[in-house]
Amino acid sequence: MQWGSASEFFAMGGYGLYVWTSFLATALCMAWEVLALWRRRAAARAEQRAALLGGTDETAV
Amino acid sequence: MIWSKYSAPQAFYPLAGRLIPWFAAVAVILMGVGLYIGFFVAPTDFQQGESYRIIFVHVPAAWMSMFLYVVMAIWAGVGMGLNARLSFMMAQAIAPTGAMFTFLALLTGAMWGKPTWGAWWVWDARLTSELILLFQYAGVMLLRTSIDDLRRADRSSAVFALVGVVNVPIIYYSVQWWNTLHQGASVSMATGSKMAATMLMAMLIMTIAFWMYSIAVILARVRCIMIERESLPVWEEKQAVIHEAVEAR
Amino acid sequence: MSHSSMWDSISGIIRRDLLLAMRRWSDAAMSVFFLVIVVSLFPLGVGPEPAVLRTIAPGVLWVAALLTCLLSLSRVFTPDYLDGVLEQMVLVPQPLSLLVLGKVLAHWVISGLPVVLLSPLLGLQFGLDGEVLGVLVLSLLLGTPTLSMIGAIGAALVLGVRGSGLLVALLVLPLYVPVLIFGAGAVTSSMAGIGGEANLSLLGACLVLSLFLAPWATAAALRIALE
Repeated sequence: MQWGSASEFFAMGGYGLYVWTSFLATALCMAWEVLALWRRRAAARAEQRAALLGGTDETAV
Repeated sequence: MIWSKYSAPQAFYPLAGRLIPWFAAVAVILMGVGLYIGFFVAPTDFQQGESYRIIFVHVPAAWMSMFLYVVMAIWAGVGMGLNARLSFMMAQAIAPTGAMFTFLALLTGAMWGKPTWGAWWVWDARLTSELILLFQYAGVMLLRTSIDDLRRADRSSAVFALVGVVNVPIIYYSVQWWNTLHQGASVSMATGSKMAATMLMAMLIMTIAFWMYSIAVILARVRCIMIERESLPVWEEKQAVIHEAVEAR
Repeated sequence: MSHSSMWDSISGIIRRDLLLAMRRWSDAAMSVFFLVIVVSLFPLGVGPEPAVLRTIAPGVLWVAALLTCLLSLSRVFTPDYLDGVLEQMVLVPQPLSLLVLGKVLAHWVISGLPVVLLSPLLGLQFGLDGEVLGVLVLSLLLGTPTLSMIGAIGAALVLGVRGSGLLVALLVLPLYVPVLIFGAGAVTSSMAGIGGEANLSLLGACLVLSLFLAPWATAAALRIALE
């Protein structure tokens, strides 16, 4: 598939809005999911740390 | 039996942790390859012009939404049958990703439908089934968040997932039936023309890429769930956490 | 377990529930009033033109019947749950699915049958007549028990949960879609002259399927809710 120029590529034969909205939405959803999971893990670890340390404050390494 | 060793959260947690980077890497590579073929190798479609390229995300998203629901139902069934915590946690981890793909399938379906058929939405069997599927995902997730007792939440959403998996094919065929009854309204989301080999290849590669992405994300989520549910009385983990905190002081 | 004691337990439940309902006849009355009001909203929203009303009649009447059934679900198990009777029911030696079957059928007699009986009058309001009215009644006669059986699964799942009214709707409406399609489809086909037999047979199949499968799922959900 040969695209004449970059602007032809982005225009997608006139359908650019539909095509790029679809791909952008997909990319954004996936990025959001990964980011949300990263934050969820950090929060869970922080809570776990607090719970463990709250109970075992005496055990200094 | 190697699998029974990993059915305990303590053993599954580090295993999942080691697997995630591999699945993530394969997903990224395959997406790159799939998108390259989809945009730079596959030709323009005779009937639909360039708008058909949306299928490179629409079809994989739709397939994933269905696969993941079935897999979630399987984990729900295994959980009910074996009374295994990990099975319920896997089902819990799958639902959000499945719902996301269902939403994407509907959104990209509308994006494809508007230039192709002139309408943002058509009531054909596939899109309508996707819509119902989204409600069923929502039901599974809302049932879980509405019930405070963990054991009841696990089992209730498992029962609903299982009932729902029976419902999806019934919906599909009943809507197809309904479309034949009300002629003239039925336009199908299937491509009329035969697909070129490169188009098919790109679509399949993207589907596998989405599969790999899903596995990576779901494994990451189930690890979070394990931490949140305090399912990790692992001595090494505890030591690591205490060590980290002491270092930070 | 003998046949007679199985039948005894089901009929016992049905008798009990019907007796209780007769003392709370307002429940049945509420279903009827709700149905009439909802059905009346559509001409007010759409306009009184007879041709239009005739076209939308199957869908409107069926959706209204479906929503009436949905709203009545809060009364299937909740009263007995609050009284502690449900916990006792789970413990008796008879199979819970049979007791559930009896209970839901009794509930249908109270909340669903009035809908079926009222439907010809409502159909007339929308300009339906003759054979079409007959198909309408038959479709609701086959469909509303199915809706009750399926709805009971949802009612059992959300027993005692906060916000259960909306939640049960979200859970149950996707499951109602095939019944709606076949039910309204039967009336539409009849109006188009094709005859409603095909859709009615499908409705019958749904009913039989739900009578076998739904009590089992409902019993499982009840046990989970009452643990």
